[in-house]
Amino acid sequence: MIAFLIKRIANAAFVMLAVALLAFIIFRFFGDPVEMMVNEQATQADRAELRERLGLNDGLITQYTRFVTNAVQGEFGISYRNQQDVMVLIKDRFPATFDLVLVATVISLVVGIPLGVITAIYRESPIANALQLGSIVGVSLPSFVVGILLILAFSVSLGWLPAFGRGETVDIGWWSTGLLTPSGRRALVLPSISLATFQITLVMRLVRAEMLETLRADYIKFARARGVPTSRVQWRHALRNCLMPVITLTGMQIGNLIAFALVTETVFQWPGMGMLFIQAVTFVDIPVMAAYLMIVAFIFVALNTVVDVTYAWVDPRLRDDTARAGGANG
Amino acid sequence: MQIRHVLLATAAIAGLAGTAQAENVLKWGANRDIGSLDPYSYGDSFTINVLNHVYEGLVRYNEDLKIEPALAESWEIMDDQVTWRFKLREGVTFHNGNPFTAEDVVASLTRVSDDTSPLKGNLPAYVSSEVVDDHTVDITLNGTYPLLLNDLTNIHIFDEEWMTENDSLLPTDIGGGVEGFATYNANGTGPFIVESRQPDAKTVFVVNPDWWDEPQHNLDRIELTPVNSAATRVAALLSGEINFTNDAPVQDLPRLAAAPNVEVLEGVDLRTVMVGFPFREKLTTGEDNPFTDNRVREALYKAIDLDLIHEKVMRGKSRIAGATVAPPIPGYVPELDELPGFDPDAAKALLEEAGVPEGLEFEFSCISDGLVNEEQFCQAIASMWSRVGLAPKLDVAPRAVQSPKRTNGKTDVYILGWATLPMLDAYSPLLQIFHTKEGNSGVFNWGGWSFPELDALVQQAGMELDLDKRLSLETEALKIVKDQNIMIPLHQQPMAWAVTDDVTEMPLFPDNKPRLWFAQVAE
Amino acid sequence: MQNTATATATDATLLPVKPSRYARLRDSDLWFSFRSHPSAIFAAVLLAFVALTAFLAPFIAPQNPYDLSALVLWNSEIPPIWNTDGQMPFVLGTDTQGRDILSAILYGSRISLIIGFASVLLALSVGLTLGLIAGYFGGWIDNVIMRVGDVLLSMPFILIAILITAIASASLPTSLKDVLAAPILIFAIAVPSWVQYARTVRASAMVEAKKEYVQAAKLIRVKSWRIMLNHILPNCMTPIMVAATLNFGLAILSEATLSFLGVGMPPDQPSLGTLIRIGNQYLFSGLWWIIVFPSIQLCLIVLSVNMIGDWLRDALNPKLR
Repeated sequence: MIAFLIKRIANAAFVMLAVALLAFIIFRFFGDPVEMMVNEQATQADRAELRERLGLNDGLITQYTRFVTNAVQGEFGISYRNQQDVMVLIKDRFPATFDLVLVATVISLVVGIPLGVITAIYRESPIANALQLGSIVGVSLPSFVVGILLILAFSVSLGWLPAFGRGETVDIGWWSTGLLTPSGRRALVLPSISLATFQITLVMRLVRAEMLETLRADYIKFARARGVPTSRVQWRHALRNCLMPVITLTGMQIGNLIAFALVTETVFQWPGMGMLFIQAVTFVDIPVMAAYLMIVAFIFVALNTVVDVTYAWVDPRLRDDTARAGGANG
Repeated sequence: MQIRHVLLATAAIAGLAGTAQAENVLKWGANRDIGSLDPYSYGDSFTINVLNHVYEGLVRYNEDLKIEPALAESWEIMDDQVTWRFKLREGVTFHNGNPFTAEDVVASLTRVSDDTSPLKGNLPAYVSSEVVDDHTVDITLNGTYPLLLNDLTNIHIFDEEWMTENDSLLPTDIGGGVEGFATYNANGTGPFIVESRQPDAKTVFVVNPDWWDEPQHNLDRIELTPVNSAATRVAALLSGEINFTNDAPVQDLPRLAAAPNVEVLEGVDLRTVMVGFPFREKLTTGEDNPFTDNRVREALYKAIDLDLIHEKVMRGKSRIAGATVAPPIPGYVPELDELPGFDPDAAKALLEEAGVPEGLEFEFSCISDGLVNEEQFCQAIASMWSRVGLAPKLDVAPRAVQSPKRTNGKTDVYILGWATLPMLDAYSPLLQIFHTKEGNSGVFNWGGWSFPELDALVQQAGMELDLDKRLSLETEALKIVKDQNIMIPLHQQPMAWAVTDDVTEMPLFPDNKPRLWFAQVAE
Repeated sequence: MQNTATATATDATLLPVKPSRYARLRDSDLWFSFRSHPSAIFAAVLLAFVALTAFLAPFIAPQNPYDLSALVLWNSEIPPIWNTDGQMPFVLGTDTQGRDILSAILYGSRISLIIGFASVLLALSVGLTLGLIAGYFGGWIDNVIMRVGDVLLSMPFILIAILITAIASASLPTSLKDVLAAPILIFAIAVPSWVQYARTVRASAMVEAKKEYVQAAKLIRVKSWRIMLNHILPNCMTPIMVAATLNFGLAILSEATLSFLGVGMPPDQPSLGTLIRIGNQYLFSGLWWIIVFPSIQLCLIVLSVNMIGDWLRDALNPKLR
């Protein structure tokens, strides 16, 4: 187990180093940092001096090492656009994205699990077929179209819910959350539904597949034979059995949700990390792009590693790498 | 209505800010964010306009856009004609409680005219300044200069002590690898104090109870939120999430005007939208540059159907322009406003005469977060030019991406809007755009042209203290601009603000600058 | 976007059969299953119709929406034809530049389909090649390929695609941007998606490579690529085909998302995503047709592809028979 743990962590570290290399290449070679920083009146001498001061004349390996060392300490430099420390910018924005991803995850579980169970239990019934079709529609609707439709319906036509922003937030130290105020909660509704649409179908399909599998298992048949009420078998015993894969999926999908939040955040002008990234992209603000890439990859890799290790701890057979072909992102 | 709960994890801190009930809040949805809290770190009029609520100049424009005293109470020109003496207002304090003195003025002027300051072009005649006593300052210029007061309206005064404490006596030096303190902290004398700022998300201002002037507003709080998407801005206004926007999309004005709770404020901006041409030897494609030939520039002018753009893209809200400055700007005369007339056949003939090859490719640079409907009229113009046999390549990107390309001459034809701010005089575009690029002149001469005759007129106007003589010199220079088609004017753009019905007073100014110290909201 | 194809059958080995191609098709389980699934038939017909009209766009569209000189501003903002202000030939109305929406949708669908198809094809060819090489040869080659794959999978799909398009458009001169916009998108979408194919093929190549017939073939010096092409590849085509179909829908969605975010197709050669982005600016101006019709078209395309993919997965999954 220890060996496996070390191996997984070493693997994660290697992946992060490679991502850092990618971020470094973007940072160093696309959009010359000097050209981005100086104003037009700067002389050739100014530029050369800045180049020296930023260490751009050092060997590439030295520069990469410095980049990684700084990144580990959370130093990604100064945003070209806002002239602020990139890490401060991201720290300000992360809670907004977190709120969104958290609520979307909860919605996907609360809605997805019952729908999955229903489609499995009433297999081939009209309801189940309709839900199955609905789930295909769910994965086919682009999330930005869903967002626009929600805005049109609930904020413009009905005027029930806000179309943009976070509403009022509560500060707890440097963290902030909209979950503790009425206006903050109202503001969360539409964006989190739009972010959750895809995830709901994912959870629903997984639960359905697992349920179908489980309902065929011997112990379920045995329980039924013993006279345990059908609904109790289905909702308690069978469902409990397929929660583990659902939790795994949810854990692994959080990274994807964070990344995908950037679409939702753009539609709803949600002041989170994703909007920061999209703005950085349009303004070619390379330090912010590099930092966002590293942070999202880190969350992604960390979650996957935790899930892997937990699984291996639960089920020793999985301590073999080949069993994990397919991956989380797929 | 807006109750801001602040839970502090560390109870010891006494910063339990603002739990007062029933505050008067102006929720301002702008189309973009300010670049920084340091007005000197970013040469951009929107940033300066917003920060004018926090920082003030020695003089300011009043409601009729006439200059009136602000931090300076009076001024006189000394006998040498190049030194101006300002008597400063007494009893003014900065937001941190420091008194406002002559030291602050000198330090601020030194800072803004520093070589690394992006705003040094806004104070072109400045040489030095000197403390006479605590409330008197002498400013020395490089010659007789008529427009110093106009310039000073937008030179914001910082606290010298605060800048020294925070190592901010120079404009932000991003090359140093440390962010400047002033880019995210502010300490002015103005009617509002910065409470908090999250770039691109929210900047909050609260009223300054110790403001030296009698407040004409009743605001307690301004929340500035950038809402980039025009549609979202409209939705937010309709649902009351914001109650003011200084950029209501012109295509949505009928819808906004029809809404019972929204009022639209419309006018024509002083900003003139113009097309600029490259005067370098080669185009960015490496081909020979035909635009140095006035016939080609004229052809491009004649190929544009200004009426159509006015009617369709600007929804009839713009003012079609023949002159490069708007009518209210001193230096304008109606003769400058003549239009060439839309004539694609004549345009084709001119292009042929000048030997421009059919299907000539050139880059046409527009800004996506720039002027009113810029992306749309750029597409329309590109389509009109392609119909006279040219092949413009439209390049639309945000300002921050286009600006460096333009200043480095890496673009061909481009769009520029100029409102003559803060000078409100034709001298502003003549000096900053049309003059040859040298020193403080021609900073926005992106095409790289040089017309010595025009330069001479501009320099003469810059020394002329007699108003009529100066204006006739300026008019003469503008005529050269027009005859040579150095830039071709399209229109003065419409400006449209919108407020919800809980905003009872919001004066609209032709310079399109929100002055929220005149705003009132329903109690 | 994420995809759900990973849970499919991994090595459903189809026995080789001899009859003619047509007869094979007619008698196959697959065809039977297709005929008995109305939703699959519906989706296939819909997709065929969309694809046909999209590829015939230059011949049937009333206007070439990419030709700047064909756009007349006077014709801007005309509502659809059933509206009292509607005008022929602008059946679905025009946008703010006088671009015919129907034509823009036809051309836009063509771009979306081409980008989707080409990126899947690119990802498939790269994925299959690298997967075969990795699985067949093993050792350090395998290690390098799979580590690169790990790194790509450690970043969300959409993030990689945005970074590639953003960097490409920031570093390209304007004159090349128009020409290269579609190839860049194809590349950007293919880069993060080849890994999945590579992993599937590699797994089955590793199994096959150990089998006796391969060892025997090696002994008689049959060329490696022949073994891979003739023996290993056919064995893993089933899951690959299902994944490719679902990824096709995903690729179209990704392209639309990138264009919606403003890093995809430029406004003068709009894809469906670009049209929706443009229409989004006029959401409140009463110009609903600019956004509604392209959105419907996009959803229909992705829906039909996903329905086919879904049916294919069930039909080929031995567990569900």
